[in-house]
Amino acid sequence: MYNAKFIIPGLIIFIGLALFPFIKGAGQPELKVETEKPKEAKECVLPKEKIRDVHMVLLNEWRDDVIRNGKRVYTSENGKQYNMSLTNTCMGCHENKDKFCDKCHNEVGVNPYCWNCHNTSPVKKEGEK
Amino acid sequence: MQSSRRDFLKLAGVSALGLSAGTLGFLGEGARAADALPTATDFAKPSTAKRWAMVIDTAKFDDALFKKCIDACHSNHNVPEIEGKQQIKWIWTEDFEGAFPTERPAYLAEEQEHRKYLLLCNHCENPACVRVCPTKATFKNNEGLVIMDYHRCIGCRYCMAGCPYGARSFNFQDPAPHIKNINLQYPHRTRGVVEKCTFCVEKLAQGKLPLCVEASGGAMVFGDLTDPNSEVRKVLKHKYAIRRKPDVGTEPGVFYII
Repeated sequence: MYNAKFIIPGLIIFIGLALFPFIKGAGQPELKVETEKPKEAKECVLPKEKIRDVHMVLLNEWRDDVIRNGKRVYTSENGKQYNMSLTNTCMGCHENKDKFCDKCHNEVGVNPYCWNCHNTSPVKKEGEK
Repeated sequence: MQSSRRDFLKLAGVSALGLSAGTLGFLGEGARAADALPTATDFAKPSTAKRWAMVIDTAKFDDALFKKCIDACHSNHNVPEIEGKQQIKWIWTEDFEGAFPTERPAYLAEEQEHRKYLLLCNHCENPACVRVCPTKATFKNNEGLVIMDYHRCIGCRYCMAGCPYGARSFNFQDPAPHIKNINLQYPHRTRGVVEKCTFCVEKLAQGKLPLCVEASGGAMVFGDLTDPNSEVRKVLKHKYAIRRKPDVGTEPGVFYII
């Protein structure tokens, strides 16, 4: 092999760098994000595990249904009806965006632009943060 | 106690001032109570139509009523107040020349000439903005409303070039700092999207009338253009009404009684 003295150490360094996050993370306790749960509402539009996985899909579907199809009422699996609205339904229960939404989003490094337009905490009075 | 006519007039003057103070507003209006969050039941009885249309009785308007209608719309939909070329407008006023540039009456009656006209998106039958929108962010729904999907708007402004009525505004900057009292229940827009009047599609879905129509106290009428018994058709049956720029062929849905 030509230039083995460069290639082999180079490969070792590359593999080492590529595996570094896994080696560093080994043995660490599992990542836990403590979010603030809504105080008054007991159930969500979907079961907890499901909404955790697919809330972004659900919000996309809601957006299309409301704006493009004019369908504004969502019937959940247990037959309860909700107004399809991020601002008025989701944020109505999850009052504090910083302590609920941002907790996870910051941890996993995603930056949704929902709040560029949709206002947070409709139940809060003016000036309250 | 003997009271002179002079004293009586003084008293009457002060009382009249007191009565008018409430409407003039310098005693302060009551703080706007926070509306309840709309729930699913609010959408149980939507107003529906095949083709929504509006009739504006221009003679019934004065400056105070213009302000009332415009404020009702702009404060509820978080329309920012920006001066100059970057102005955002959903509903605004214009003089005869500006409103009806293709109507060329010679020696127009003074009353009509000096009147202001309330303008808004015409929600046309053949909307040019829909035809030119490359992303289908602007579309016509099955009730004849021309609606914008801000999520899909890429800010190319073809629709602004296409609209013959100047009913669309572009957000050159983040509108949030220019909104005085944000209505938390309605989203505002972001930089880089076009926006316009929606005929209050979210109010129609709750079975209510558009906010400007409600605020106008009868000077504006709203209803289904295809239904001969609707409010708009009843008015149009008896009054002569014109539309803006009929020659561009967009078939506007807003009629003006001159």
